Amino acid sequence: MTSNHSTSSANTKAQQPSLITVGKPQSQPHNGAEILIKTLTDLGVDTLFGYPGGAVLPVYDTLFDNHDLNHVMIRHEQAGTHAADGYARATGKPGVVLATSGPGGTNTVTGIATAMMDSIPLVVFTGQVPTGVIGNDAFQEADIVGITRPITKQNYLVRDVDELEHVIREAFHIATNGRPGPVLIDLPKDMLNTKGRFSGMKKVDIPSFKPHTAGHQPQIAKAAEMLTHAKKPLIYAGGGAILGEAWEELTRFAERMNIPVTTTLMGLGAFPESKPQSLGMLGMHGTWTANMAITECDVLLAVGARFDDRVTGRLDGFSQKSRKIHIDIDPSSIGKNVAVELPIVGDVKRVIPAIDKLASPPDTSEWWDTIHTWQREHPLNVPKADDRIYPQHMVKMISEVTGGNAIVVTDVGQHQMWAAQHYRFNHPRSWISSGGLGTMGFGFPAALGAALACPDREVVCITGDGGFQMLSCELATAVEYNIPVKIALMNNNCLGMVRQWQQLFYENRTSYSVFGSNNPDFVKMAECYGAVGMRATTPAEMKQVLSEAMKIKNKPVLMDLRVVETENCYPMVPAGAALDEMVESDEECSK
Amino acid sequence: MSNHSVSNDSRHTLTVLVKHNLNTLSRILGIFSGKGFELESVTFASEAEQGMARITITTYGDETTVEQITKHLHNVVDVLKVTDLTHKKCIERELAIVKVSTAKAGRPEIMLIAQAFKAKVIDITDDKLALEVTGNTDKVDAMIAVLKPYGIAEMSRTGSIALKREFQGAVNIN
Repeated sequence: MTSNHSTSSANTKAQQPSLITVGKPQSQPHNGAEILIKTLTDLGVDTLFGYPGGAVLPVYDTLFDNHDLNHVMIRHEQAGTHAADGYARATGKPGVVLATSGPGGTNTVTGIATAMMDSIPLVVFTGQVPTGVIGNDAFQEADIVGITRPITKQNYLVRDVDELEHVIREAFHIATNGRPGPVLIDLPKDMLNTKGRFSGMKKVDIPSFKPHTAGHQPQIAKAAEMLTHAKKPLIYAGGGAILGEAWEELTRFAERMNIPVTTTLMGLGAFPESKPQSLGMLGMHGTWTANMAITECDVLLAVGARFDDRVTGRLDGFSQKSRKIHIDIDPSSIGKNVAVELPIVGDVKRVIPAIDKLASPPDTSEWWDTIHTWQREHPLNVPKADDRIYPQHMVKMISEVTGGNAIVVTDVGQHQMWAAQHYRFNHPRSWISSGGLGTMGFGFPAALGAALACPDREVVCITGDGGFQMLSCELATAVEYNIPVKIALMNNNCLGMVRQWQQLFYENRTSYSVFGSNNPDFVKMAECYGAVGMRATTPAEMKQVLSEAMKIKNKPVLMDLRVVETENCYPMVPAGAALDEMVESDEECSK
Repeated sequence: MSNHSVSNDSRHTLTVLVKHNLNTLSRILGIFSGKGFELESVTFASEAEQGMARITITTYGDETTVEQITKHLHNVVDVLKVTDLTHKKCIERELAIVKVSTAKAGRPEIMLIAQAFKAKVIDITDDKLALEVTGNTDKVDAMIAVLKPYGIAEMSRTGSIALKREFQGAVNIN
């Protein structure tokens, strides 16, 4: 058996001649596997996150000596989808995944659902058993098209190799246009082996898929008028402002109009938090000011946001005094949870400047006085002590060490909320977190994807001891590809958010949420994979560990940061409460 | 959408033009099952144009809910057109085959009822008549209600199919 040395040889452009010159002239038809790789290369795909298996062996045979794209060998297909997702969030380009049939496909499901909820463009290729045995419960057969139907924007089972190239091009078009999302292509093994047509025809035209981007001009004019005459306007920007790459337009507009801006979890970075107009994040763990502002505002401009329940709190207490304008590219997002007076279906990047052109700055001086009072009286609390690390302090320090310029990738839970609250986000595509689905295990592999996409940027994965362990196998990938991700593991020896809810709402009955001494030694864990492991238990140690870690540029670093185990995340809007009923401490919550 | 405000719910007939494949039909049905929308009937059949199919859906909901349904249907990549025929003049038809017992009242009485609904007798046995009726859902419902006391042995309905009337004026030849 020939070996291609290591699984990562794709990284180091091997000496073998490329596919096209290995006795396969252009005129000769290619098999499906070759068409797949050729089309991906033609589409400008540079990175493919994959894991081999029986049904995709023809593709791996092609990848053996074709190094036109960089195949990253992850250790679990779920991690592959998260890594591709991180790659997509960091760049705006679609992430590409390759998995085998059956379990390979089903392992991608969580990652696909994560991408669907946050509207992230992914194209996932799964192997399938040969066409002739589909439906016969063949070895490693799963109806992945059926399984992923509700969590993909579109999916395909390829039944004719001559259609393969077109289907791939269509999939990329659908994944990236309109409201982005994941698309899956299921590839029966015989399709990969059969010779077929490759045309190189780039044009994709789908008559039934024409997203509306311009925005209705009379509605735009009305929006401009409403904002011009507002006394207490507020912009509420969501993930759509990032996906639609409208951060510059949004910033220019909000600054000129001097309208306060609050962002959702997914919208962090769409408006620089260093600007005076920024009120920070709103919602369940949003700032006091942002939640009060949305409760009290008279005109609310929602930009690529979807009025998610974590944002609105109890609906009948949500922003009752405001007239609402909602810009979104997906009409089904508008009016779904909250009735809106003025819907504008369109691309935020086009609609915001159109409103900007027509609107004049409203008189907001009184409004700003109120806001400044809230900000003064209810700042975010960062507790500090010399002998122990408070989690808020940990995030603050990471923010300072990286100058707010890192790509921050998180898992899900307390650390995610603290990271969202206390890291100063000034750049778009620098906050990568599973918002809608809340997928634990997402952070670390997504950080690897982001780091591979942006080798020039510092990537910090703020994670927890729970989420990190879900896909810690990816330490092997990180070491193999020399990915210098800094893992800041906020270690409180428990599933913090679960424990917090149990403490506050279940009489502190901490059922199955505390790991205690059952956690592994994370430093040794890092070391056994060949990564660097470090530990800190005091702020002074943390400072040193962080500065040492930032110097390491060729391998992953895992920082086991022991934080105060009983700290809770505030402000918090308890489930079922309205935004202005938020609490700021354990004492207030127990009242 | 989970707000079932019963009071404002009304029946809506949607006609959906799609690319003919089962994945599309499944996606459309998945919107109803996955998002908790009501589904009264659904028909799916090839369209005159090659590779296309028409799906007729009857559903219940208030205006907001049906608007959401329409938007979600539009979002399915292979859906070309969604028309809510509810507030339009439309031709709506359903076909039903009803096997009704003649034991109680005898054939003539049942056949008189059939005549009143312009239903055809399509099968006769010792103790039953099979009737074929077409019309809008109200008419089919009405005939079934009238026949029920005689004893309906078996019944099959197609669910509605509908198209918009070309003429949207006041005259409506049903």
